[in-house]
Amino acid sequence: MSSPSKAFEPRRRTLLAGNTDLEPGAAQRTAAPVGPETTTITVTVNGTEQELTVDNRTTLLDALREHLQLTGTKKGCDHGQCGACTCTVNGARINSCLSLAVMHDGDAVQTIEGIGMPEALDPMQAAFVEHDGFQCGYCTPGQICSAKAVLEEIAAGVPSHVTGDLTTRIEATEAEIRERMSGNICRCGAYSNILAAITEVAEQQAQGDRA
Amino acid sequence: MRQFSYERAIDPAQAAARAAEVEGAKFIAGGTNLLDLMKLEIETPVHLIDVNGLGLDEITETDEGGLRIGALVRNTALAADERIRRDYPVLTRALVAGASGQLRNKATTAGNLLQRTRCPYFYDTAQPCNKRAPGSGCAALSKGAFSRQLGIIGTSEACIATHPSDMAVGMRALDAVVETITPTGLTRSVPLEEFHLLPGDTPERENVLMPGEMITAVALPAPVGGVHKYHKVRDRASYAFALVSVALIRQPDGTGSVALGGVAPKPWRSVEADAELPNGAEAVMARLLNGARPTEENAFKITLATRTLAAMLAEE
Amino acid sequence: MQFNQPAGDNLFDNARLIGRPTPRIDGPLKVSGQAPYAYERHDAAEGQLVGYPVVSTIAQGRITGMDTSAAEAAPGVIGVVTTLEVGEMPTPSGMHTAPLFGGAEVWHYHQAIAVVVAESFEQARAAAALVKVDYDVTKGSFDLEAVWQQKKDDNSEPVARVGDFETAYQAAEVTLDQEYRTPSHSHAMMEPHASIAEWQDGKLTVWTSNQMIEWGRQSLATTLEMDADDIRVDSPYIGGGFGAKLFLRADAVMAALAARKLQRAVKVMLPRPMVMNNTTHRASTIQRIRIGAQADGKITAIAHEAISHTLPGGSGEDAVDQTRKFYAGDNRLIVKHLAEMHLPEANAMRAPGEASGLMALEIAMDEMAEKLGMDPVEFRTVNDTQVDPENPDRTFSDRHFVECLRQGAEAFGWVSRNTTPGGMRDGQWLIGHGVAGAYRGGPATTSGARVRLQDTGRIIVETDMTDIGTGSYTILAQTVAETMGVDLDAVEVRLGDSDFPVSAGSGGQWGAASSTAGAYAACIALREQIAERLRVNDPETLSFANGAVNAGEKQVTLASLAADGELVAEDSISFGDFRDEQVVSTFAAHFVELGVHVGTGEIRLRRMLAACDAGRILNPVTARSQVIGGMVMGVGAAMMEEMAIDTGRGYFPAHDLAGYEVPVHMDIPSQEVIFLDTVDPASSPLKAKGVGELGLCGVAAAVANAVYNATGVRVRSYPMTLDKYLDQLPAV
Repeated sequence: MSSPSKAFEPRRRTLLAGNTDLEPGAAQRTAAPVGPETTTITVTVNGTEQELTVDNRTTLLDALREHLQLTGTKKGCDHGQCGACTCTVNGARINSCLSLAVMHDGDAVQTIEGIGMPEALDPMQAAFVEHDGFQCGYCTPGQICSAKAVLEEIAAGVPSHVTGDLTTRIEATEAEIRERMSGNICRCGAYSNILAAITEVAEQQAQGDRA
Repeated sequence: MRQFSYERAIDPAQAAARAAEVEGAKFIAGGTNLLDLMKLEIETPVHLIDVNGLGLDEITETDEGGLRIGALVRNTALAADERIRRDYPVLTRALVAGASGQLRNKATTAGNLLQRTRCPYFYDTAQPCNKRAPGSGCAALSKGAFSRQLGIIGTSEACIATHPSDMAVGMRALDAVVETITPTGLTRSVPLEEFHLLPGDTPERENVLMPGEMITAVALPAPVGGVHKYHKVRDRASYAFALVSVALIRQPDGTGSVALGGVAPKPWRSVEADAELPNGAEAVMARLLNGARPTEENAFKITLATRTLAAMLAEE
Repeated sequence: MQFNQPAGDNLFDNARLIGRPTPRIDGPLKVSGQAPYAYERHDAAEGQLVGYPVVSTIAQGRITGMDTSAAEAAPGVIGVVTTLEVGEMPTPSGMHTAPLFGGAEVWHYHQAIAVVVAESFEQARAAAALVKVDYDVTKGSFDLEAVWQQKKDDNSEPVARVGDFETAYQAAEVTLDQEYRTPSHSHAMMEPHASIAEWQDGKLTVWTSNQMIEWGRQSLATTLEMDADDIRVDSPYIGGGFGAKLFLRADAVMAALAARKLQRAVKVMLPRPMVMNNTTHRASTIQRIRIGAQADGKITAIAHEAISHTLPGGSGEDAVDQTRKFYAGDNRLIVKHLAEMHLPEANAMRAPGEASGLMALEIAMDEMAEKLGMDPVEFRTVNDTQVDPENPDRTFSDRHFVECLRQGAEAFGWVSRNTTPGGMRDGQWLIGHGVAGAYRGGPATTSGARVRLQDTGRIIVETDMTDIGTGSYTILAQTVAETMGVDLDAVEVRLGDSDFPVSAGSGGQWGAASSTAGAYAACIALREQIAERLRVNDPETLSFANGAVNAGEKQVTLASLAADGELVAEDSISFGDFRDEQVVSTFAAHFVELGVHVGTGEIRLRRMLAACDAGRILNPVTARSQVIGGMVMGVGAAMMEEMAIDTGRGYFPAHDLAGYEVPVHMDIPSQEVIFLDTVDPASSPLKAKGVGELGLCGVAAAVANAVYNATGVRVRSYPMTLDKYLDQLPAV
């Protein structure tokens, strides 16, 4: 089978830097917003209620980093491709870069700052330090937010790609943790150490449950 | 991202009417694909209608013994639902093969169906793309282009993009039906098979939805039983789009259904190919991929689809 | 301090802290999100504006006009700086090829051509899309294969020629002649390039993310044609670099230009989809390797020829370098070709040269072992050398490659593997094992530091050294605490500020050995000051322990010495010529077990092991992390990483983290690292060498060799994606 070909020759041209609507037939945009372009919301961040007036375009990530100056939540790609911006909203982990702040009126957000600070680390944070579960540290808050949520998701019986029997209890195996953590990229390659940290906390929790 | 106004919809009919009334309006639910595209100005809505408050987040039983999945049921919730896991495991398997835990927590059933292609030329607004800028050409078909991930069948001279969803592939194997409400308050049901459009000369038209029309649910017929499998092949082990994915439902007598992801502008399945299932993977793919027009870079997808199905059939 | 001869016995040979597993001292800040990275320095400057880049959308040509009127009129916009108004600026340094900004010439896709500055990120981003650009497009050529066909076999200007390769190769009993291909790679560090710039009274401060502070400062001075003393660069935390942040990049230049024009602080982060074409990458290579050997496995002839692409004026990828030193063989030919093309700038990425060179060489060694009917471990052992093969009078300072192979093989259980390719199955999985050797230089370079003894007994160490995740904070604290006889937590480490003494910086795996030696030098200067205070003639007679100094019977606390004001000492280490008279290098052996799915061709790693010889390991915790991280990057190179080139349009089309896949958690199996108990007195006073790049070297080839062992299919083109061997796998 041969490749269909339709050559496109570069030529002298004028381009809009960001969006070209290249030449013929490009949809012409004439419509305009029909209401205010900013919105005031109330959102509870790490237990503190915050009233924010944001540009409608502001992501939850930028609301945290730029408006509230909670910069523990990181911007790695801004397109849901890395996981550095992971935080929890109403208990569920999400990519805060792919969510508009205006859509979180009334929500409860937890970021790394709410999980623990240097003088009083959460067990997951302490385990990351103990097992050297990071290098540059940039993906780390997202990894930790995800790690805590992963153990909750396993406990809640949410299946994953590596879950065997879909009808029985899911265990916090290495494969389950690695698969569920795969939305958090660590280019420094600390994965094995992150696994060790999460496994230790999972074991602590299991012992706590049994006690 | 261009400026837009924002409102929260209160009921489905009102939302649909509003979407039809405001030029350049779009619904937003999970936002995991729409915001991604708005940041790049591939999508440029002037008004967003937030439908997250509409309910539509339950899975209920239908009179026919099937399930109705609300448009706003999150991918995680759908995958974890006990009835889905028990009676429609191919759907759970497809869902958890897609994206990441974080994205599945946000992404919705309707939004997943409406995902746009991940073609790198669609994603770069400096490049010609008939889907994004009709009439500008298809960069993926020009000499020297990078087309390894792109479609091999159902494509056209204008566009060789694929539909990136895993969920839809599982639903296609299950004969799911998309339910919608129109701006005038009418409802209709569209079999998933007919929901997505092939590109032809109008790759910018990706589905049958009319302006303002909103998906309210996806209905699954009564359980069909059998062994359900979903095998997604990709370059890394997780958090990547499929090179090829195969959804398989197989009955004890060897009959069943096969749907493919990663190869076409929509989940790819045919009854003729299903009929070949007792004759093995080669026979199925000879039918299912008959007429494929791959590029030099993605011709391997034919072999891959065949071998993947063969491995799935051999597993039992 | 001059390091002019190999280190003798010193305090590091009986260390309390150096060599002990030590958790990162910056760990608590990083796990709580409190370590400040460049773009988040809200505290650094008042009233920061946000700049959003505009980048070229052609590969090569000239900008004939820019219309910024719509952007300037857009809501919130304060100003726009264009490449045309700035005009051509001097090339930042001899290590740069393409201009970062300025002038009409477009050298590559996504070259920065304007920055739109607004009150908010959202406003700047929207306005940037309104800039209109006119181009005259130059049609370029982007086909490395075509250039290779013209240039291969042209041995007229070899990098090195020893003996008579051609004759020896002809005469050899067993020969191999194969071509290998490696694609372009992206550093893909998690933190995109970012800078905040502010001008005050003609002086510029840039808070940025940069591995090499002094290079960055000098490059800014050159680019902006100003005095380097009027520039401060600050980069205490860096969200990964891998070479992408070795050099000044466009984010800092745009921020500085915009801040100067608008007289406000401006911050700029490269949006992720721009990073891969705007910044640098590891160039793709085509390599031809010929090896001739006697039947007993001794290599008699070896030739390595490679081509890579570069912008005009660049130096390409030195993929042949390791072959000059790694294995013995009397007749040698090394050839390097360049293909000039207007792709984005090829430049250094982690283990430049060796990473891609060993991807080829170590498959060739595996192939050769098979032809000889030898175990690949044995074949490498037989061809070990303790001298520079190009200059046998030059010895390796400390080389234990054979020991890496031996210890690694033993720990891995190498002998019990299946040796018949395609001969081992586990259900639908074909199981394979692979080995590869690793070689990477152990450079060191001048590095300075300042130590400040406080009246509390605490010691602050200041150096412009950076910590890019490597563990610099911790090993510097260990070094200072060790030398001054204090506890680790009595040391505070301050890094990455150009107001501090110039260090080696982070790159080329020279950072750890150099910067700890520099800190040691500063501590020795402090000890000399203390000796003077105590009126002791020979500082060597002093002993430092438990926060105090002992001079004979007399014991004085360090705190009391600073009671009347801090004691400050500064020095740097510089390395004498004797070091270069030997070959100072690092070595490793990598072992991999994996499965290849017989139906789909998917590869799943099962376990990995590295045995490393890199001199004294300063901190086994962070060194191990460096190695396992390198192994992860090697898995990426083996299995998925490829900046595919659109050879028609001349750019990398899959330019984000979805299109350019790097390994995720699920790709990585259990990893084991063995550090040989070695010291290299010729390397530094601490007898240490780097491991950060060693961990990556050879890994991909070990995976490739394991895939061959599993399947019997030899793939010589990376990444080893299933499309390259699927049709050769057995029927399901």
